[in-house]
Amino acid sequence: MVRSTSSQFKSNVKEALANEQLQHALKSIKTGFVAKRKIASERLEEFEELRDQARDIKTHTIAHMDVYLEIYQQNVEASGGHVHWAANEDEARAIILEICQQADAKTVTKGKSMIGEEIGINEYLEVNDIVPIETDLGEYIIQLRGEMPSHIIAPAVHVTKEQVAEAFKKTHTDLAPDRSLEDPDDLLSEARAMLRDKFIEADVGLTGANFLIAETGTSVIVTNEGNGDLTQTLPKVHIALASIEKIVPTLEDVTTLLRVLARSATGQEMSSYTTFSTGPRREADLDGPAEYHVVILDNGRTDLLAGDFSEMLRCIRCGACLNHCPVYNAVGGHAYGWVYPGPMGAVLTPGLMGLDEASHLPQASTLCGKCEEVCPVRIPLPALLRRWRDQVFERDLTDWKTKWGLKWWAMFAKRPALYHFLVGMKMQVVAKFAGKKGHFKSIMLMSGWTDSRNFPAPQGKTFQALWKERNK
Amino acid sequence: MPNSSPKASFSSGSKVGLFVTCLVDLMRPSVGFASVKLLEDAGCQIFVPESQTCCGQPAYNAGDTKDAKDIARLIVDAFEEFEYVVAPSGSCAGMIKEHYPKLFADDLEMTPRVFNLAKKTYELTSFLIDVMNIQDLDVSLDQKVTYHDSCAGLRELGVKDQPRQLLAQVEGLIIEEYEEAETCCGFGGTFCVKYSDISDHMVGKSIDALSETDAEVVLGGDLGCLMNIQGKLSRLKDEGKESNLKVRHVAEVLAGMTDTAPIGEANG
Repeated sequence: MVRSTSSQFKSNVKEALANEQLQHALKSIKTGFVAKRKIASERLEEFEELRDQARDIKTHTIAHMDVYLEIYQQNVEASGGHVHWAANEDEARAIILEICQQADAKTVTKGKSMIGEEIGINEYLEVNDIVPIETDLGEYIIQLRGEMPSHIIAPAVHVTKEQVAEAFKKTHTDLAPDRSLEDPDDLLSEARAMLRDKFIEADVGLTGANFLIAETGTSVIVTNEGNGDLTQTLPKVHIALASIEKIVPTLEDVTTLLRVLARSATGQEMSSYTTFSTGPRREADLDGPAEYHVVILDNGRTDLLAGDFSEMLRCIRCGACLNHCPVYNAVGGHAYGWVYPGPMGAVLTPGLMGLDEASHLPQASTLCGKCEEVCPVRIPLPALLRRWRDQVFERDLTDWKTKWGLKWWAMFAKRPALYHFLVGMKMQVVAKFAGKKGHFKSIMLMSGWTDSRNFPAPQGKTFQALWKERNK
Repeated sequence: MPNSSPKASFSSGSKVGLFVTCLVDLMRPSVGFASVKLLEDAGCQIFVPESQTCCGQPAYNAGDTKDAKDIARLIVDAFEEFEYVVAPSGSCAGMIKEHYPKLFADDLEMTPRVFNLAKKTYELTSFLIDVMNIQDLDVSLDQKVTYHDSCAGLRELGVKDQPRQLLAQVEGLIIEEYEEAETCCGFGGTFCVKYSDISDHMVGKSIDALSETDAEVVLGGDLGCLMNIQGKLSRLKDEGKESNLKVRHVAEVLAGMTDTAPIGEANG
């Protein structure tokens, strides 16, 4: 599996919370994505009904995934394209490399692809002497910085514009070092100028796919920069890389999903570009690739399909659960340690990497329910997080303090007489310890609380003890 | 005496089992007595079964299904005989209403019993408005307050307007909403000690937002969240950040029982 630090979640968190630039950058989520989604969803009267429809389309598709994938393959091949099945990331990488080598590729332009991140395609191409060039601005920035994306739709959301300017000056050394890069527009024009030639030079264009349409054999991408179109139409070979759950039965289904996708993601009604690719260039076409390949990755998803987490496969990667998650907003995406952060990542990562590596992720949530409230396909994320917690407990991956704290508590909670005798009457004594302050500054074994917060003292006798006295 | 008039059919006194919750029982009995007063004034007959302890949520959320079920069975046994079950907590009421049915989904004997209990269990303010239709609390408080919506009450039970409708009946009281009222304060049960860094960061943000208002008191319906918010406020005060914001459970205000010290402060 690709470079994970999920098992070091706690130290990742400490770093993230202490990183002032990150904390500053994360503030833009609330004023941007969150505020815009609210406006967009309120403006569309049937938004809630559309969410129901989107959920139902995905649920139906997942239940018949084998059928739709086969229809999809037939239709891709009928339009002159090729479908490649990859059971895992090794297979996916090998398939992509082979296509690139057959095209004698020196450079590969890339549209944004989370599956590309999942299989670590850039590193793999590099060691095989092929240069991958990210063309999505956010991806380009983090490629220059040598990082992973920290958000599934805004990969560089953790980077401030000053840090972008720094990365550009470090990399684009043939430009005047004293040029001004203060304005975001300056950064944009510079990136555009740098990428323009790369689009034309590239031998292969590699994109992701937001949807694969079974009835037409089409891959669909949504972008806001138009980079995806240049990536998939200019080179002579186009490879679309997608995971199995991107399949959708019909064009009409896709239009429903598109209506909830952009609104949930960025608060747009539609993304600036929504591009449908079907097969290679036909004779009458003005442009398009000579070869069209689709690489479809499983990588553990059929196991999810068969188990307790199949609802996770409804996810259309809009990022709304990340944007609205108070934990994600506190620590950003890198703390989660792998490709998929936030609530969707906390459910998906243990499924794809195993619970031993990712056991912190489903536990590090208050289960506040905000993610489920905004999910366009109504994935019950808190319930799925709890299911992982059941397994964390069963497999004894809970940390000892919590485990014994809970055991101790359950022992009293299960024995009301013991509870009243031992816990009940003693609260008065505890209250006395707090004295005139009315709170404690430190409590043994509760340092998690008292390191940063005072602990309010109990009032005195328990309610039940007092109630008994009152009703004597 | 407040003269809240319950619906006619309840004049003989609906039998209400008060699930006081472990936090209120141990930490803040005044919330329990405020709940009793509100329910009695509404014409209910109150019962407090002695065999109640905790709803089992800490075990449930930690994946300890077995202990969660054992504890839940005690609650079902203790409360299923009443017409209604009321808890001064959205989180604990939500556990009974939303999660007991899931917990016993594969248990044919328990399923009808937990559904029956779920149907008649209410969070306190929701019960007072949605069932008892309380419209004329006779209580006053000259204070500006703000309200923190606890996650489980808000998203599992739809508790949002009910506490505000009740607070609007308190003479002299002004509600000033704060921007992050619906954002989790970072309590999250064991989360607040297990992932205390994140929890602390979250409650810090809640307090930043609370500081933007002129409210003198922050009210809420769940003691866990309120203790978290107060605990942080109090620590910030120790560190020199002045704030006079007090923290209370909404039941104390609605019952006119604000003579007892706010959360985290000593009486007298």
